[in-house]
Amino acid sequence: MESDTERIRSEIRAFIVDSYLLGDESVKFADSDSFMSRGIIDSMGILELVAFLEQHFGITVIDDEMLPTNLDSVESLVGFIRGKSGC
Amino acid sequence: MNFHEDILKLDVARVTKQLCEAIRRQVRDDLKKSGAVVGISGGIDSTVVSALCARALGPQRVLGVIMPEQESSGESETLARQLAAQFGFEAIKEDITGGLTGLSCYEKRDEAIKQLFPMYDKSYKCKITIPESILSKDTFNFFHLTIQKQGEEAKTKRMTPGVYAQVVAASNLKQRLRMTTLYYHAERRNWAVAGTGNKDEHMQGFFVKYGDGGADFKPIAHLFKIQVYQLAEYLGVPTDILKRIPTTDTYSAGSTQEEFFFGLDFYRMDMLWRAMETNVPAAKVAEVLDLSVQEVEHGYAHIARKIRATEPLRMPPLEIDLNE
Repeated sequence: MESDTERIRSEIRAFIVDSYLLGDESVKFADSDSFMSRGIIDSMGILELVAFLEQHFGITVIDDEMLPTNLDSVESLVGFIRGKSGC
Repeated sequence: MNFHEDILKLDVARVTKQLCEAIRRQVRDDLKKSGAVVGISGGIDSTVVSALCARALGPQRVLGVIMPEQESSGESETLARQLAAQFGFEAIKEDITGGLTGLSCYEKRDEAIKQLFPMYDKSYKCKITIPESILSKDTFNFFHLTIQKQGEEAKTKRMTPGVYAQVVAASNLKQRLRMTTLYYHAERRNWAVAGTGNKDEHMQGFFVKYGDGGADFKPIAHLFKIQVYQLAEYLGVPTDILKRIPTTDTYSAGSTQEEFFFGLDFYRMDMLWRAMETNVPAAKVAEVLDLSVQEVEHGYAHIARKIRATEPLRMPPLEIDLNE
């Protein structure tokens, strides 16, 4: 279970760095940092993030789940994905 | 801070005088131009801007340009001509359908729509909408595409990023081609292009960069939408324009600005925003606007998020100073 969490966390961080930070691993952000507040992702980026979650983790994100509490940080995303995929 | 339901009420006579003085100064002294060109659509913002310019510069120094395309509402031209006649400035029409066709605007947009709805063809109309009421929950902005055909039920799907990006990029050609057209008319007269965006649009990013966002001066960009309406009443604009619900007039199915972008009526949007700007406690705002504290906080979060997310739209071109 811990390794699932770590794997999910690592894959999300890799996607964020690659898609929004031009692959620059020197840009630091904490798992709890808000993507929107930090300016890492804008509203278009949220759509791309959702597409990534659905394709990569095989989950479906419904409209009612498009909330900052689910999607706006690495920490939130890990919890959300684990909840949706039952791992 | 005192917060009450009339907090955004203007001294319309004084503000009109100040705006006219500012327009004269900007056009004549800053821009070194001798008149103003305004894109007029029969909407409240372009109506107020053109009326202010006519008052400030003289109607003989104002040109209103009506720029419909094949998906525009026919009402727009009628109202725009009524406005020009009332305020005494010249209005001309430039149909931009040919230009948009040449740029494959409709084709590129429809190609994207078909990715979501393979059955989509010219018999359908389309529109984009956002989640209803941003107050009921703290939600991200995302977009639904709706297509509808006469006699059939409308079909709606959430847009994927690729489809959204292509539909918006293709549709933005409309606003950009309109700005191109305005600058043609401005440059041949040595006049300035007046922007028509209000504060809601400017600060929340409801404009197209170098489209309707491109102008030489923007007389109402600091005014809330409900304040624009106050000026409109004072200036005596046609009643049909005053009563018209603000639309995007961009998509064939027609959508209001509220359902396409803002997600909230302008009175509550503007009041929440003023309260947020002046740090009014949520409980006080809730009392005045008859909302829950949570709804006020959702409204604050939504407005702040939109302003932050759309900062790049308001940035001028970035330059590099190697000496920094």
